Amino acid sequence: MTTMTTTTNTTVLEAKDVTMRFGGLTAVRSVGLTVNSGEIVGLIGPNGAGKTTFFNCLTGLYVPTEGTVAYKGTVLPPKPHLVTSAGIARTFQNIRLFANMTVLENVLVGRHTRTKEGLWSALLRGPGFKKAEAASHERAMELLEFIGLAHKADHLARNLPYGEQRKLEIARALASEPGLLLLDEPTAGMNPQETRATEELVFAIRDQGIAVLVIEHDMRFIFNLCDRVAVLVQGEKLVEGTSDVVQADERVVAAYLGTPFEGAPGDEEVAEVEAAEAAQETPSAKAAPSTDTRTEDDQ
Amino acid sequence: MTTKTPAQQPTSLLPLPATAARTGVLAGAALALAGTFLAWTWTEEFPGNLTVTGYPGGLQVLTLVGATLTALFTLSGMGIRGLTWLTPAGKSSPVLLTALGVLGTTLYAIAAISVQLGGIINLEPGAWVSGVGALIAVIAALGLPHDLPAEEDTTGAWARFKHALKAPPAPRAKELPNWAEILIITAAFGIGLYVFAYGIDAYSELFVGFLITVALVAPAVFRAGLIARLNRLTAKHRTITLTAALIAAACFPFTQTDESYALIGANILIFATVALGLNVVVGLAGLLDLGYVAFLGVGAYTAALVSGSPQSTFGVQFPFWAAVLVGAAASLIFGVLIGAPTLRLRGDYLAIVTLGFGEIFRITMNNLNGSAGPDITNGSQGIPNIPDLELFGFNFGMPHEIAGFTLGRSGNYYLLMLLFTAVVVMVFRRSGESRIGRAWVAVREDETAATAMGINGFRVKLIAFALGATLAGFAGTVQAHVSYSITPEQYLFANTVPPNSAFLLAAVILGGMGTISGPLIGAALLYLIPAKLQFLEDFQLLLFGLALILLMRFRPEGLVANKRAQLEFHETGQLDVPDQRLPDDAVGTAKAGA
Repeated sequence: MTTMTTTTNTTVLEAKDVTMRFGGLTAVRSVGLTVNSGEIVGLIGPNGAGKTTFFNCLTGLYVPTEGTVAYKGTVLPPKPHLVTSAGIARTFQNIRLFANMTVLENVLVGRHTRTKEGLWSALLRGPGFKKAEAASHERAMELLEFIGLAHKADHLARNLPYGEQRKLEIARALASEPGLLLLDEPTAGMNPQETRATEELVFAIRDQGIAVLVIEHDMRFIFNLCDRVAVLVQGEKLVEGTSDVVQADERVVAAYLGTPFEGAPGDEEVAEVEAAEAAQETPSAKAAPSTDTRTEDDQ
Repeated sequence: MTTKTPAQQPTSLLPLPATAARTGVLAGAALALAGTFLAWTWTEEFPGNLTVTGYPGGLQVLTLVGATLTALFTLSGMGIRGLTWLTPAGKSSPVLLTALGVLGTTLYAIAAISVQLGGIINLEPGAWVSGVGALIAVIAALGLPHDLPAEEDTTGAWARFKHALKAPPAPRAKELPNWAEILIITAAFGIGLYVFAYGIDAYSELFVGFLITVALVAPAVFRAGLIARLNRLTAKHRTITLTAALIAAACFPFTQTDESYALIGANILIFATVALGLNVVVGLAGLLDLGYVAFLGVGAYTAALVSGSPQSTFGVQFPFWAAVLVGAAASLIFGVLIGAPTLRLRGDYLAIVTLGFGEIFRITMNNLNGSAGPDITNGSQGIPNIPDLELFGFNFGMPHEIAGFTLGRSGNYYLLMLLFTAVVVMVFRRSGESRIGRAWVAVREDETAATAMGINGFRVKLIAFALGATLAGFAGTVQAHVSYSITPEQYLFANTVPPNSAFLLAAVILGGMGTISGPLIGAALLYLIPAKLQFLEDFQLLLFGLALILLMRFRPEGLVANKRAQLEFHETGQLDVPDQRLPDDAVGTAKAGA
């Protein structure tokens, strides 16, 4: 990506010491994270590490027990709609579209914070209302064009295939004209081609000057995409740095795969296990971090 | 046609050749038709005078209309030039449904005459002729080839019968000139008005027959694809459609000679308007409100108190426009007061709180009687003697001559209420298709996602709730004048007489949530059915409940499915595919069959 726009290194998001406790359980323990403009930052960690909880704290769905979240220098109130109107938009891990609305209407709902027409103007239908509606429609169609769903504008969101639903969620988030986009597992359930397309889409979004913070389990995707990666393990930030740094870190590998245990299995046992696996012929497509070292040409 | 039939796999319930079946239906329909011109009974004791030969009356007319429609659908299915437009979609299922309608109506008439007059002996041959004709038509219609090709799982008589009732979607119609389309819309509303007025004027016996006929003919018209065609036209000319609907509705009191029928019309309008207001809350914003009738009560009580009634404790008389504003404002205030603390909760809690509010309102009105509390509302006696309105010198209590028609008191109020209904329709339509309307639907669909999209869930829900309350109060101000007196017992949760909270909710859900015409149709039905079936006495609510269960079982989306629900049927949204694919498919299947 040569067209980097990160000449001014302003901080878009600054989370300080965010802690989230549910009763006795500490899901997120004093995590700090900054995202600069024009940056794509990845957030990885094993299941249950607290990534989505941290996202919910950032977007106001949860009120963090301690710590603050600031967007471009101003501390955000923990109310989701105020966070969105400030300029942070998000997608959800389990797709949460408005299933019984059309594709276009879904994107129009995303425009809510950027339009002001209330009930009265809707009832009176003055010229201002018509102008705002037309502008919203135009912008929404542009976004659908951008993600390649313009031809399906009148379809119900529920009838879209899975991959397109994910894309539509991104378009809906973009409709609120965010400065920071939070993507929660945008490629979950996608095949390699779709994942590749999503990658392109995220780069295109970054090129529009929108910073992106992405949670993902697909390591190839993360290390291709991100300028920086933070690793969350058991609610705490373990490491943060470039792909190389993270991949080289033993603790990350340990967090994902576990530490070798003292009485490591003997060679016979390893051979036995390998033989059993070969017999089963299960092509395990799990992308372990170690297999992705060849993606250095990206930098 | 002949090349197509082998490809279509002419599955039918009875093994008859298609031509024989069609001839049979025609013969049966003709026989049923002929029977209506004969006497059905010997005495005029049975209402409607079915004794005259050569002049059908009462229930005979329903059989006559049904038989004619059966014959027309059959001829259209045969490809008779000039009639094919009647069945663009299904060819056989409309015939079967109308034939069933004729049989149902005729058998009901025979049963009603026998029961009411005490024996089959009271029937004249005409009734038997029509009955046998209808039976022949139904049997022959069962032999018609199905509209859809056979599916694998259609085994068993019931499954095959249900399959016989299915029809393909209508292909897109030829473009007509604008004036012709507008003419069609006008004609459709004219027919609608006529059918509606006929139902209102019907006495109990006739009304049951009317219901049977409509219940089977309406789906027949739907299967034939005529409704879909009309929907396309009305969607294209929306303003004209609304105007035509308004004009047709305004014509209603002029078709009525009897004051009591015009009063039914006015009451239906009140009920329908309130139901449409509730549709904002339930249908758009998805908030379950079980005490909605209380807002109607707030508006009605406010208007009654400032109406200048001698029993009003305030003893003031506001001009009507001021009373309307005050009534709507009072409802708005109550809506905000009830909504503000409860709308922060989700789901069922709101239903419980609104249910409570409905009861609190009624009991409070009962207790503000001077002994249990301050004397404001006269307690259970309510506020009687609410004077008639007088606007611009037009006294609503007096009959007026307009263009040769006499418009009675109820007719006057009907027209006033129609104006209110039109306003509510406009409010519903405009608010629904706007930023706020989309926010309501978004909150209904997924509140968490909606807030994450920047929607202040509490705020938009409160707006919906307050708007709904205001619209109910708005309608209530007219209701106070129409019904002369206001008592707390008019605003119950459930009652045999609408409007009450349960019926209002039923009207919205039955009619179709989120639509305009749905609650209007639902309210009309829910008002008429109890009003016309009073002879059933204790069984009235039982049958009513059964009817609701059946409707919800077979048509859960309501009578009028909303735009979004309709889109669901176009699974991948291939709206225009029938046009382009049909020739290919026909060729393909013909080849396969050859």
